[in-house]
Amino acid sequence: MLSTVLIYKALIALGVFAVSLVIAMYSTYGERKIAAFIQDRVGPDRAGPWGILQPLADGGKMFLKEELIPGIANKWLFILGPSISMFVANISSVVIPWARPMVMEDGSTFHFQVSDINIGVLYVFGVVSIGVYGIMIGGWASNNKYSLLGTLRASSQMISYELAMGLSLVALIMTTGSLSLNDIVEKQDADFCNFVYQPLGFLIFIICAFAECNRAPFDLPESESELVGGYHTEFTSMKLGFYLFAEYINMFASSALMATLYFGGYHFPFENELIPSLGENGVRILGFVLLMGKIIFFIFLFMWVRWTIPRFRYDQLMNLGWKSLLPLSILNLVLTGIIMAFTEGWLKF
Amino acid sequence: MKLTNRSKVVSNKEMSIAEKLYLPGIAKGLAITLKHSFQKPVTTKYPEQKREFSPIYRGWHVLKRDEAGAERCTACGLCAVACPAEAITMEAAERKKGEEHLYREEKYAAVYEINMLRCIFCGLCEEACPKEAIFLTDRIVDAEMNRNTMIYGKDKLVEAIDNRVDVSKRQTPAVAEFKKDKFHTHNQTWQDRLNAGHDSDHH
Repeated sequence: MLSTVLIYKALIALGVFAVSLVIAMYSTYGERKIAAFIQDRVGPDRAGPWGILQPLADGGKMFLKEELIPGIANKWLFILGPSISMFVANISSVVIPWARPMVMEDGSTFHFQVSDINIGVLYVFGVVSIGVYGIMIGGWASNNKYSLLGTLRASSQMISYELAMGLSLVALIMTTGSLSLNDIVEKQDADFCNFVYQPLGFLIFIICAFAECNRAPFDLPESESELVGGYHTEFTSMKLGFYLFAEYINMFASSALMATLYFGGYHFPFENELIPSLGENGVRILGFVLLMGKIIFFIFLFMWVRWTIPRFRYDQLMNLGWKSLLPLSILNLVLTGIIMAFTEGWLKF
Repeated sequence: MKLTNRSKVVSNKEMSIAEKLYLPGIAKGLAITLKHSFQKPVTTKYPEQKREFSPIYRGWHVLKRDEAGAERCTACGLCAVACPAEAITMEAAERKKGEEHLYREEKYAAVYEINMLRCIFCGLCEEACPKEAIFLTDRIVDAEMNRNTMIYGKDKLVEAIDNRVDVSKRQTPAVAEFKKDKFHTHNQTWQDRLNAGHDSDHH
């Protein structure tokens, strides 16, 4: 019995791993296509029809490139940096519930979640804050001034924005009363989705998610135009690939998190009305498909913003983080508390 | 002073609250980029689709032959002197008896080389040439992996007798009119000259 559970969990874990890798892979293609469309271009269209084999070509190139470790770099830390980045990016989507548990006709239940930790939100936070070590260690071990500057920026940026992100989530947890992502999703079944209750919280969360993923307009750590490549200046071959790929996996994970926390996860409006025609499990599959749709929309949003907004200056970044987002998230927290205290029952908190 | 109608007066006024929030500005920017993503791309998919060339496009040079097929170049070296990139070198040789159908004048270029990596395609060689021997054409010089093969010799520059390169687009109507004047030695072939005798230069 234990072995069946283990095998089942291993399969789910493998599935999540594969899906996040494939989505991250095609995000690189999507990124280039979206950039092209926004700039009135065509984008990659040579490898296969519409260029859909482009990610394979890019990946193959990354593997075949010369591997170079600078002589003055700390060899082991140099290898450890991208490894941590990639590892952390992959394990953060463990707690996401992908679909409502399916009940088969013989009564057996299938859970579509690798692990239902009752402190899911805390787990995500812990994992995300390890992510900064990947960049920090890699950049420090490169022994290069550009890398060091990029590393400094990355670590201060990620630590600053984690605060506002955490506080905006605390307000969400107050309304839900649970740290488990399962509970947060199920609560959005009975009520509206959390975005209705926490619009300001969501805004802060999404801005901080952009910063945590080092995506434009917060891509100061790698800013090609000033720091060559920032923390990954000295990296070559698949170690560079790991850093770049980790960014896309992070994007997928944070999109999944945003969809789960604020937009009802696998729930969608009027799903109960669809049960008679589609059946319980049909609605669950549709829910999974719609969750993927939400995730892809958020990934699109990440790219759309990247190709629209120019990069922040470093002092503007710090001002925004400490002087705007942090006070706003505290205000959001206090307001949520006051409203909860006075309207108990009415808003179904 | 106003130089163009597009100039705008910049003001340093305090930003309004909406501007300080950035969010309306960001929404506006996102709307603009979204609008562009539905517009027709301006890309020319090069190997399949070729952009229209200007009628006086300056590409791969041609060394012309006259109507009878004799090379016009006399290796005077004016093109090499005019060349600002110093891309042209040549070696002159004297025409032997019986080679009149190959070379128009007593002197010809035995070796004529253009370094296509040095050439800036300015067209000054064409402008300097008194014999209408060198023209720039709308053929594109191929990219190559090797520097040595980018030095084009006569094999790549002189036009084939049975496959002439049309340069009429690069000549003004006045030039085209002048070329009809067969009394001028410049416009005569070696056969014309044989028929007319050697003292036919009226001009």
